Amino acid sequence: MLVFKCPYCGIEADETELSPGGEAHLKRFGPGSSDEELEGYLFNRENPKGVHFERWRHVYGCGKWFHAARCTATLEVFGTYSAQTFEPPKEIIDIIKAKRPGWKWRNLS
Amino acid sequence: MKRYSVFAVAREALRYHQGWSRAWKSPEPKKNYDAIIIGAGGHGLATAYYLGKNHGLKNVAILEKGWLGGGNTGRNTTIIRSNYLQDASAAIYEKARSLYETMSQDLNYNVMFSPRGVMMLAQTQHEIRGYKRTAQANALQGVSTEFISPEKVKSLVPIINIDGPRYPVLGALWQSRGGTARHDAVAWGYARACSDMGMDIIQQCEVTGIRHENGQVQGVETSKGSIDCQKLGIVVAGHTGVLADMAGFRMPVEAVALQALVSEPIKPCMDVVVMANTVHGYMSQSDKGEMVIGGGADGYNNYTQRGSFHHVEETVRALIETFPIISRLKMLRWWGGIVDMTGDRSPILSKTPVGNIFINCGWGTGGFKAIPGSGWAMAELMAKGHSSLTEEFSLNRFKEGKFIDESVAAGVAH
Repeated sequence: MLVFKCPYCGIEADETELSPGGEAHLKRFGPGSSDEELEGYLFNRENPKGVHFERWRHVYGCGKWFHAARCTATLEVFGTYSAQTFEPPKEIIDIIKAKRPGWKWRNLS
Repeated sequence: MKRYSVFAVAREALRYHQGWSRAWKSPEPKKNYDAIIIGAGGHGLATAYYLGKNHGLKNVAILEKGWLGGGNTGRNTTIIRSNYLQDASAAIYEKARSLYETMSQDLNYNVMFSPRGVMMLAQTQHEIRGYKRTAQANALQGVSTEFISPEKVKSLVPIINIDGPRYPVLGALWQSRGGTARHDAVAWGYARACSDMGMDIIQQCEVTGIRHENGQVQGVETSKGSIDCQKLGIVVAGHTGVLADMAGFRMPVEAVALQALVSEPIKPCMDVVVMANTVHGYMSQSDKGEMVIGGGADGYNNYTQRGSFHHVEETVRALIETFPIISRLKMLRWWGGIVDMTGDRSPILSKTPVGNIFINCGWGTGGFKAIPGSGWAMAELMAKGHSSLTEEFSLNRFKEGKFIDESVAAGVAH
């Protein structure tokens, strides 16, 4: 069972207390964007086999959305962080780099 | 290949069964093939089989990272049905169901197709309306289904509790020609027939790269060396994103875990397949007597072939209400498979941005039932460049907004 520490209420929450919300840090495209941009935003997810950034909601707890970094190939959780950010914070990236040498994600490496 | 028959069994019985040959060969890869299929699961093997049988393309290799039929083909709940709402889905699933009827004869391999009937319970007013609509749509599509009363449900499934309390059975969508088949035998039967046509099934051969020049595929890099090909079919279900990444394009799929479990064997008590989509559970009884149970997919990306226990608990808890008889059963085995989900819950059978690379994926939680139809259509697409069965399942539909929306029509259990 996945266990995440909610960055808001500080509780070590089991997966049953949480609700998955899909890939994190999506750039939203709306009116005025091209067909490719809208298609990419709606459907083309990273779907990595490895490090993945996700949104989760502490639905049976404080109710807040937060971010998590997790490995989809091992289910290892690297850490959680606030929802109020456009990209993962440095300490999370440092943890991932230490555990997954050579890791790349979008413009980060 | 020696044909299997009652005479072969009798002959072998007289010589201590020493004369059986291997069902398929295990060759080393050649340098060059007309077509390579990545993935020796049901869909990949069926694609290769119909490439040879329908289109005369026999210089074909099927590459498999693990062992043949060891992915979702060996992990599903073996349900076969074609009661879909949309015309494009009904066409390909009904093609598959009809091919299942003659598959054992066609392949000379007993796939134990059992057209025992598939029932999808209506447990809310919404479902009644939805399934009545599906039954009408199916009538227009030439798929034989009907909406039946709770009394008919009870007479077909005496162990069911139709009175609720939470979700009473209000009727059901009944497809009497649906059923189950032995999933491993489907893979093995296709593999044997492919091998017999001279195709190379290469197991434990992982594809590590895809070579292409000027937008045309050249070949693949594998753990057993470099292999050239004119055409490449990617048929890898959960690992679609990984392979697409090697070829340099992205696919609108996400990999999630779907789980199933079986109980200890009990005496025959249910001779149809029952699906309860409101409560996310479906159940049938195998020939060994085990109750085969499946539920909904997990909600997060996962490549580990194991899912969340609480989903299993939810599924079983819901089924116990409808089937009180199973409440004291011990569960024997529990496993997960990685399925590739698309946005509209319909598959993708399509050309790709790279010339002569074709992709067959996105079957999500419902691929087993489609294996022969999918292989038939994919082979036609690879051989001719187009197929009436795959036209609407193109990759472009996401950009164009031409979805084949089965997420609403199919509920959850697929």
